[in-house]
Order: sequence, then C-alpha cells, then structure tokens
Amino acid sequence: MSWIDIGALDDIPLRGARMVKTRAGCVALFRTAEAEIFATSNTCAHKGGPLAEGIVHGRRVTCPLHNWVYSLETGEVQGADEGRIATYPVRVEEGRVLIDGDAIGKRSAA
Amino acid sequence: MLAVTLGDAFAMPAAQPICGCTDLTHEDVRRLIKARELKSQPAVWQELGWRTPNGCHVCRPAVNFYLLADGPLEYQDDPQSRFVNERKHANIQKDGTFSVVPRMWGGITSASELRAIADAAEKYDVPTVKVTGGQRIDLLGVKGEDLPAMWADLNAAGLVSGHAYSKGLRTVKTCVGTDHCRFGTQDSTGLGIRLEKRLWGSWTPHKVKLAVSGCPRNCAEATCKDVGIVCVDSGYEIGVGGAAGMDVKEVERLVKVATEGEAVEWTVAFVQLYREHARYLDRPYKWLGKVGLDWVKETLGDAATRRALVERFDLSQTIYQTDPWAELAVREKARAFAPIADLTLEAAQ
Repeated sequence: MSWIDIGALDDIPLRGARMVKTRAGCVALFRTAEAEIFATSNTCAHKGGPLAEGIVHGRRVTCPLHNWVYSLETGEVQGADEGRIATYPVRVEEGRVLIDGDAIGKRSAA
Repeated sequence: MLAVTLGDAFAMPAAQPICGCTDLTHEDVRRLIKARELKSQPAVWQELGWRTPNGCHVCRPAVNFYLLADGPLEYQDDPQSRFVNERKHANIQKDGTFSVVPRMWGGITSASELRAIADAAEKYDVPTVKVTGGQRIDLLGVKGEDLPAMWADLNAAGLVSGHAYSKGLRTVKTCVGTDHCRFGTQDSTGLGIRLEKRLWGSWTPHKVKLAVSGCPRNCAEATCKDVGIVCVDSGYEIGVGGAAGMDVKEVERLVKVATEGEAVEWTVAFVQLYREHARYLDRPYKWLGKVGLDWVKETLGDAATRRALVERFDLSQTIYQTDPWAELAVREKARAFAPIADLTLEAAQ
C-alpha cells in the first residue's frame, strides 16, 4: 500500500464527510467518531447521489437523494434495497487522514 | 373489555415511535426534553435510551429542531444533523448540483437586484433560471463549489438567502394591493414585506408559506397557504392551515383583526405556537388536525399568551435571524464546499 496524505482530520466535521477527487472517481471520507474515518465511493448505487452530502449516523450514511442507507464498513446497502459501493483503505495518523493510493487508482493511472 | 367488545383481533393502535432508534414518539421527546431539561443531542440519546450511538437520518434532524426550538440561547444548532439542503443552504438537485434562490421581500424586486441576479447567472454558468410559485427567482444547476462565491456576489448587491430549502419561513407572496390595484383594500404588499422581515430566518417543524391578498379576489392565493391573510375594507382576515401540495386544503379562519399591527402579532404568535408544539415535518394543517383549531383559537385568544409567544419568537430570532450566505461565504467556511483534496491534478509518476 502507498499511503497518501489527504488532509487534516479536523477538516472533516464529526458525523460529517468530505469528498476527494481521485482518478478512480469521487471518494467520500466519513468521520464517524473522534478519530475514525471511513472511505467509500461518493456515488450512490441507486441514482448516483453524492454520499458525502448525506447524514452520517453510527457507521452508516444516508444518501441525500432518496434515503438509501449504506454500511460504511462493508459498502452494503442496508434494509430492503440492494446494492454495494466500493470501500477504500484509510487511516488516521497524527491528526492527518491517509488513503491507500493503490486502491484509488493513483499508481495504475500513472 | 375491549377484547370482548371488539373481538380478539383488536389491538390498541400503538403510538408511532420517531424511528427505529427509540420507542418514544415525537410528542414524548418534546415533552421529555422540557421535563428533564435536556440541552444536547448526546443528552437526549443517553437519558432517553436511544438504541443507536447517535441516531439516524430520521431522528437527528427532529431532535436537533426540538432542542433549538426549546432552548435557542443554550443549544448550538448542529449542521451535521441537518438534511443537506439546510447544511449547504441550497436545494440539492437530482444531478448533485444546487439551486440558489435570493430573498425578494414580499415578492418585490428592483432593476438593480435583477441585474445582480442576471450577472450571477452568467458568471456561474447557471443553466436554468426559473420563476417560482412563491414569487422568487430560482437559479438551478449551480455547482456546490461555486455556492460561496455566488452568494458573496449576491450579498454585495444586497440580496440574502431566500431559505427556499429550509424547514422554516419560505416566502410571503403578495399582490400589489392599494399601491396600484383599483380593488385593493389595504397595503397587502407592505404587510407581506413586514411579515417576511419579522419571520425570515426562523426554523419551524416544516416549511411555512404565507401570502397576503389585498382583497377577496385573492390574487396572492392566500387561502391555500400555511398562514394566509385576506385584506378587506374593515381589516384583515387571517386564515391558517392551508396547503397546496400532496394535500390541498383551504385555510380556516383563525381571527379577523382591524389593524396591521394585530395581524402581525397574531401571525407571529401562531407561528411560535406551531414551533413549540408541532411534530417535526408536520405542516401547520397536519398539526391543526391533531390539536384542533379550537384549541389554537382559545390559546391565541388570550392576549397575555399571545404576547408571551411573540416574545419567545423574537428571542429565538436574536440568534437565528442571520443570513447564512454571509456567514458561509467567508473563506474559512467556504473551503468546506470544495473537495478536501484533488488527486487527479497530481503529476503522473
């Protein structure tokens, strides 16, 4: 893995999210707890809604367009709907958020 | 006894909980926030035994509203407990772009405001410019990243957020009244502007739309609004609980008053009563269906109660009557509207 520094943890609000543009598409970074971050595709499997704009609750996010709910741990849609979004390895180190460059297509696109 | 009378299959209808996070109803939570003096969302989740660590997309916006309505001075509004539109102060569209609606007090605008709106529409490549049913101009298809800069430009021309996205005061639609119309009985435009300047920025359980018509011909369509005032020679007929959405409802008469000042007082008191008692996402007509118009008439009929409601509304407005565009267009806040990083720009290795 090649860890890329995305930005400061505090630039992502608690129970909020930010979006990062990558060569693999837009990725959403969710801050579910003080020092807990998840990364998934920003694009809802239903109608492409921007998940980083959704309400973050527990380790889940609700799409702002039609309320599809995703597990941020697995990328699986919860409840009656079916679908899955990509998840990406991410970690927090000394107040910085790092994402796996291999997973988001940085190297493959080079 | 019920089982004997109604048969074994009868079950008392259970009160509907807010969501799967709790067994409590909206009414329970509103009551318990007051009774136990709960001042924060974590206090609500802990004290009231929420099953989830921090709620869900259904209960969080409701609890956030109940806390800010109950304690405007103590509670800090939580943007992360708001639906995207109220967090970004713009309406999200199906393609993830947003719409921008500047406030036009009572539906009145000017050449210079229209020029500023046209300039912004060109500068930010706005694909669709639409006139709304509430007498505003809607700029649709704005990129999220462009919002703060666009707001700053509109602010510079004296335009503020029209809150076209909020569970709050939306618009006060008016006709031209005695200013121009040969049938106008009162200054309906002036009253509409006065009401909008008093009520704007307030958060309510659901959106609130008003209208003031200058005569019973009702050009402002006041009789299908949450609060609709129809001017007559002898004063102002205030109707409440109208709707023209999923349900269509004609307003019912709350009161008829003689002066503009009284019309404002009754309207503000009604909105505050609604803020204090209604279930989140119930429009006034739904709330009225539960509590009954008679109870509202009786409550507001008492002058001291009415004054106290107005005072509590005005207190809340000392905190919430601010232009969110001006607050978010400053650089440190505007950054949150852009991607945290753009890795597509990095040079290939």
